[in-house]
Formats: sequence, C-alpha cells, structure tokens
Amino acid sequence: MNANEPLVLGIESSCDETGVGIVRGTSLLSNTVSSSMEEHVRFGGVIPEIASRAHLDALVPTLQQSLAEAGVTLEEVDAVAVTAGPGLAGALMVGVCAAKALAVATGKPLYAINHLVAHVGVGVLQADGERAGVLPQNLGALLVSGGHTEILRIKSITDDVEMLGSTIDDAAGEAYDKVARLLGLGYPGGPAIDRLARTGNAKAIRFPRGLTQPKYMGTAEEPGPHRYDWSFSGLKTAVARCVEQFEARGEPVPVADVAAAFQEAVVDVITSKAVLACRENGITSLLLGGGVAANSRLRQLTRERCSAAGITLHVPPMDLCTDNGAMVAALGAQLMMAGIGPSGIAFAPDSSMPVTTISA
Amino acid sequence: MLILAIDTSAVASAALVSDDAMEGVVGNFSTEDTRSHAEVLAPGINRMLAEAGVTGSDIDAIVTGVGPGPFTGLRSGIATARTLAFVWQKPLYGMMSLDAVALEVAESTVAAPEFIVATDARRKEVYWARYTLEEGQLPQLVDGPHVGFAVDVPGVPAYGAGAGLYPDALQANPDFSFEQPDALYLGQFALARLAAGGELPDSTPLYLRESDAQVPGPRKRAL
Ligand SMILES: [Zn+2]
Repeated sequence: MNANEPLVLGIESSCDETGVGIVRGTSLLSNTVSSSMEEHVRFGGVIPEIASRAHLDALVPTLQQSLAEAGVTLEEVDAVAVTAGPGLAGALMVGVCAAKALAVATGKPLYAINHLVAHVGVGVLQADGERAGVLPQNLGALLVSGGHTEILRIKSITDDVEMLGSTIDDAAGEAYDKVARLLGLGYPGGPAIDRLARTGNAKAIRFPRGLTQPKYMGTAEEPGPHRYDWSFSGLKTAVARCVEQFEARGEPVPVADVAAAFQEAVVDVITSKAVLACRENGITSLLLGGGVAANSRLRQLTRERCSAAGITLHVPPMDLCTDNGAMVAALGAQLMMAGIGPSGIAFAPDSSMPVTTISA
Repeated sequence: MLILAIDTSAVASAALVSDDAMEGVVGNFSTEDTRSHAEVLAPGINRMLAEAGVTGSDIDAIVTGVGPGPFTGLRSGIATARTLAFVWQKPLYGMMSLDAVALEVAESTVAAPEFIVATDARRKEVYWARYTLEEGQLPQLVDGPHVGFAVDVPGVPAYGAGAGLYPDALQANPDFSFEQPDALYLGQFALARLAAGGELPDSTPLYLRESDAQVPGPRKRAL
C-alpha cells in the first residue's frame, strides 16, 4: 500500500442515491451513481422503503461498474469506506452490510464515515494532473439538500468538525418538494421552482424567514438559541395559505411569483445566516455542497454575499455536490493519510450520527 | 460441496454446511436478537470462517434466505450474501426462509404430516406457509408464503415463533414456539435439494408487502 496515496473505495446509500466511488489519495478515479429518484416521483418525495429496495438491487452492479471505470481490481484497493450516518436507517443498512461483506471477503480495513463530513471531503479531490488537493484554512461548509441543511466549521477534516447551525425541521430541499407539490410543479421540486422562479417577481409576495426574530438570533456576544439555525416548515405553511387565499377569492394563482418569492425566502435566509456564521466564527473559505447547490439563485446570492463579506466560495462540480461514493472514498483516504485507524466491522449504522463523529 | 448459508429473516444466522462433513456442519452461529443484524452479521461470519479455517476460495456456493421477514433485517443478509458472492465469484442462490423451520420440524419427533410454519411479521400478523411431509422425504411446500392474521391461517399443527405468539389462533407446537429460521437448516435444505438434482431460485427478496407508500391525492382546494 502507498501510505501517501491510498486507493480507497467508498460506498454511499444514506438516501436515494446508491454511490460507489474510487479515489487514489486526492485523485478521483471513478464516481458511479445509481439513483432511485424516478421511483419516488409519483409520491412527491423520497419513500425510505422504496429507496432501500432500490439500494439492494443497485449495489453490486454499481460496485462492478465503478471498479471497471476506475480500471482497478478489489485486490489493489487499500481500504473500503462507507457512509455510516446520518441518513435513512434502512437505506444506510444496505450500504453498511455490503461494505462489511467487502471487508470480510477481501480482508481490507473498513472506515465507517460521517456523510456530512464526506460532503466536505470532495473539496480535496483534484482532476488528473493538478496539484494534490488541500482544504483551505478557516474552512466552513454550507450543505443544502433534500435531506439536510447545515453550516459546519472544519478546523481539521480528520479530527475537528463542528456543527454551527442546522434546520430544526424540514431540509431546504424538502421544502422545495412540498411547495412544488402545492403548486402542481412535480418532483423533484428544486429544478422546477428554480426554472419557474426566473419568470416570476420575487418581490410580489413576502414570505417569512424562519428563526430570524431577535429572540432566536440574540447578538454576537449573547447568541440566541437559534442564531445559525433554520426552519422551513412555517414557510411552507405560509405558501399554502397564500395559495388558498388566491383560490378563495377566485383569482388565478400567480404561480411564477409564488415560486420566485418562496425561492427568495429560502435562499435569503440560508445565505444570510451562513455568512453571519462565517463572519462570527473566523471562516474565510466556504464550500457549498448538497443537491440544492445546483440551484441558480442559491449559487448567485451565496457568491454575492460571500464576496461582500470577503469569504472565498468553493462550489465543487455538481456530480460531487449531490450524494455520491467518491466523497466517502475521499474522506476515507484523508483519514488513512492522517494515520487514523479503521472502524472494524462491528459498528452500527447511526441515522443521527453527529458531525463530531467523523468516523466510527 | 461447501455452502455458506445466511439468513436474517428473523434472527441473524450463518452456517457452513458440507456433504463431506460429519452431520454436514462445518460451522454456524446465530443470534437471538431480531434487530441488530447490521452489527453482528459480518463479525459472526468472519469468526465462523476463521474458526473453521475456511476461506472464500473453499466455498462452492452461497445461499441466502430471501424471507419473508421484516424488510430492513432481511436485506442485511441478502446484501451481505450478494456482495460475498460478487467478490468471491461464487454462485448465489435464494431459499425461502420458512423452509429452514420446515426442515427442522421434519427432522424432529413431533412432525405432523401436514403443518404450518409461521414467523412474526409484526403489526399483529404472521408470515406463514403450509407444508406436507412424507416419510423419508424433504418437506414439500404446498401453499405460501403469505402474510396475514393468525386467525386466517389453516387449522393444522403450526411450528415456529409466529405460532408461539398466537397460541389461541394457531395450533402451536410448544417445542417449536420460539423457533426462528436458522441458516444451518436452510443450508442443509439447499444442499439436499442440489444433491437431488433440484434447482434453487435466485436471491430476490420475498417482501410480500408493498412499500406502504401512499400516492398523494390531489390537494384540496379552498372553497
Ligand atoms: Zn448528502
């Protein structure tokens, strides 16, 4: 094994993507993803049992394809890494069992990885030929997806990660899905609302920004209970009420304006709180991750506000922002290179694994 | 022929069975717990292989219980078996998990010529199947597997932990009232079928229930 550039295979199954990725040190060799998204369309959201069934059937084919794309064999792999949490319990179980079986069958060490920290791990990945990737100093990460909405501080990706704030109810992506359903725009809601919002007037309606009142915010010196946290369930209710009012008056619902105003409310509160958390915690570089990183308005406003606050923004390529196995492999390789020992094969998947637990 | 059998339809269990070994058993383990398969299964298999001095290249085929059983637990065994078969490049077969208890009944002194095997399906239901048994033969599956309420199961002697849970509704045999499908019997059943020239199905799980997901209806409009 090359201790400087270990060959690591990563497995991800925490939500509806079955991902297997392979990295050598900080070089990405393959990133294969099989999504069950299509199967959830008629339900308007991810159904855990359907996702779990799909993981079971996709896992070995995805593994096979990822090895073929990387042009490596299992014998050459130095270690296996797997998402152990947080995520959907039944979905995590499939990837964890497959990863443990890989470890048993090959005798390779196994790392049980934190999914959220793995999203940050893609920051080290470099395309072929570039210099080896190193994460910037004073790094923060803003993760926004259908499953999570968090702001993290990363002092060291292998041993010091802290959660500064998170959603206290729905994830931002979940709010997009629910509002899209309300407006009859289909699933997934993010791209549909993003597209329609471009033709609407975001200022036509003002929707609430959750947890922004002084009692939640406090001050920098005396922070309130939810200074860097988000809440999107009230926003969803406000959108529903607004739509009902138009209907009750017999007026057509201005769908584009509602979509634009909703999107503005989400993106405004996410970016303002994220930038506030960065400023007050000495964060000078921010990495954007999660599927909602594809949202054009979120990228635009995050860029504007970061630049105004003197924060350097990093947005990885989209296929590394959404859930994938390469990010798990990337973090596994970082742990190995830092000399951190493997997790063994007796750990339990943990659907609410805290970010302070980088590996089990 | 050496078979690695795995079943997680109720408890987690694994076994190494061979037609060359005494009594057919090379190694086995099982837990009593029905909810910690992801933790215990891989270490259990690892230990069993080490104690038996068996490596992947010694194994001729892998057999996994395909249920019925609670979904998350059931999948942990199938995911494990599929991955092992992929890495070791071995043939993989599925066996209906209730067959394990049926074989155990057939080998006991309390067997009835026609009987039910039942396991806990949670939500006040059982997974069940009906078997017939002729002297010197393997038990023959004649109906099932099904999922349903105990009161709706045919009235013949019933074996397995599902029968033990509902002794008023089922003719539960007390000797088998806590018995769960065990990979040891599943492996032996598979071995016997293969030896008799029979075929085994693939590893597709028998969920028997839909995913419970509801397609949302149209939103109610105001007024
Ligand atoms: Zn994610």
